[in-house]
Amino acid sequence: MAEFLQNIVGIVDPYTMQVIVNIGIAIPLALGLNIITGLTGQLSLGHAAFMSIGAFISAICTIRLGFPFALTLVTSGLVTAAIGAMIGFPILRLSGDYLAICTLGFAEIVKVIFLNLDITNKALGLSVPAPKSFLPMPIYVWGIAILSIVFVAFLQSSRFGRALKAIREDEIAAEAMGINLARYKVQSFAIGAFLAGVGGGLYAHFLGYINPSDFGFLKSVDILSMVVLGGLGSIPGTVIGAAVLTAAPEFLRFMSEYRMLVYGALLVSLMVFRPNGLLGGVNFTGLLLKAIGRNINESIPRDKGRRDL
Amino acid sequence: MFLQQLINGIALGSTYALIALGYTMVYGIITLINFAHGEIFMVGAFVGLLLVSFFKLNIFVAMVLSMCFCMVLGVVIELIAYRRLRRSSRLSALISAIGVSIFLSSLALMVFGADAKGFPEGAFPLHQLHIGNADISTLQLTIIGVAALLMLGLEFIVQKTKIGKAMRATSEDYAAAALMGINVNRVISFTFALGSALAAAGGVLVGLLYNAVSFNMGLMAGLKAFAAAVLGGIGSIPGAMLGGVLLGVTEIFGVAIGYSSYRDAIAFAILVLVLLFKPTGLLGQKIQKKV
Repeated sequence: MAEFLQNIVGIVDPYTMQVIVNIGIAIPLALGLNIITGLTGQLSLGHAAFMSIGAFISAICTIRLGFPFALTLVTSGLVTAAIGAMIGFPILRLSGDYLAICTLGFAEIVKVIFLNLDITNKALGLSVPAPKSFLPMPIYVWGIAILSIVFVAFLQSSRFGRALKAIREDEIAAEAMGINLARYKVQSFAIGAFLAGVGGGLYAHFLGYINPSDFGFLKSVDILSMVVLGGLGSIPGTVIGAAVLTAAPEFLRFMSEYRMLVYGALLVSLMVFRPNGLLGGVNFTGLLLKAIGRNINESIPRDKGRRDL
Repeated sequence: MFLQQLINGIALGSTYALIALGYTMVYGIITLINFAHGEIFMVGAFVGLLLVSFFKLNIFVAMVLSMCFCMVLGVVIELIAYRRLRRSSRLSALISAIGVSIFLSSLALMVFGADAKGFPEGAFPLHQLHIGNADISTLQLTIIGVAALLMLGLEFIVQKTKIGKAMRATSEDYAAAALMGINVNRVISFTFALGSALAAAGGVLVGLLYNAVSFNMGLMAGLKAFAAAVLGGIGSIPGAMLGGVLLGVTEIFGVAIGYSSYRDAIAFAILVLVLLFKPTGLLGQKIQKKV
């Protein structure tokens, strides 16, 4: 079985495979932020901090404790979620841009602390051994990516997800409807952090080397761009955003030194011409059903996403 | 010792304050966190450096020219990257700002290379003054003086001139200001020009202070200045000045008592702590929740 899977993975050339795996790693990360920013409407500029916590916890689990890979991922997700909830309690009292700058500050603090701890090997970073699992890494990563897509899809249409959307649309109205703002916000923060922790664990084990400086502000911005580019609050949008933004620097590699220049210009022009994201305001269920020949556009209300976050 | 560190802190803090003013003014008017602002600061430093080392200009002339250049740059950025996004989601404008920031810093990397450049020797007449037991350089005094002068100038423009009045009106209520016949687009362009000029001045001063100008100097300086703006209460001009100086002083004292490896975290730790107890910053106005 394992050999068979290994053979499947072997068909694709290693470079392409690496890009594909990187997309798979970006999906849980972006979906986690999508819950916090897209669904609940709380702008977070420090998502890389959760990724970094997950990456280091998982690396330490593997190196020091010798956990099997699956257990490592679950541990890193849970610890990250706990930390997310812990910092969520005080800072979610803030609103809007004050919250954003607080998450940014939290991320910088986490980075500096990891740069000074012995267990994270300070500024040298950690080398992470290959994961102990019989599945090949690409299949593992994509399995988790698909799991997280399914999880977030269920979450989004559940009672919980509707409460989060209500908070995004209007906090005061939601509170008047009996939604406990603080509890739901902290929970959405914790779930987002859990996904980021798992993503960080995957990242650490796939790359084999992690350094606290890799999880700076620019990483948070990367993840946020995936969510916004695809269309806030939309799962297919987030997945496509993750795919496009992970692959874009690779496709732009032929321009070598102009690469980041073009990437920056691309971000600006995408936003100027598609301000709601590539797929913002597109109704996927409707499109899908139309494709199979049923027109039920009227029965499903369009989820336009909030405009003034 | 105390006096020495205090002067060091105020000098560093006034450069933060200069950058923070740009953030706070732009935020006050169009509620956009202009993440490209840190890169304008970097461009300002590079333009100043070029003028001094290639055209052999006096440092103050170079600073004024660099401010003019960045004024134009700021206005052009607003025109290209933000104006069309004014009516769409604020996050889109934020991502657009981040795109501009990536663009500018990678442009600087391509043009000037990865290593830090210093100002040529003698660009600034450096002397040490002894006051009590503190060594204070003329450079530090110049930084504090120039920053104070610029802030006074800004205060004059905002409080006493017609366009300043229009700025205040627009930040109070965008729609009402437009209805009263204020050309809102012109006010916004003017705000970007003012903020960018201050950032450019800050860039030249920081370049002199550390004698290093590099393509990535905008990122951390921008983040800290933004933190300073929020600390003081975003949208408030005196708040940005206070926040900047406060962050600069705490950072220098933190380093002085031996936390130098935590240097970059100090500013943010202070920020998070202050926000927890005073959620709208030190001088920020209380936002009334309206139903």
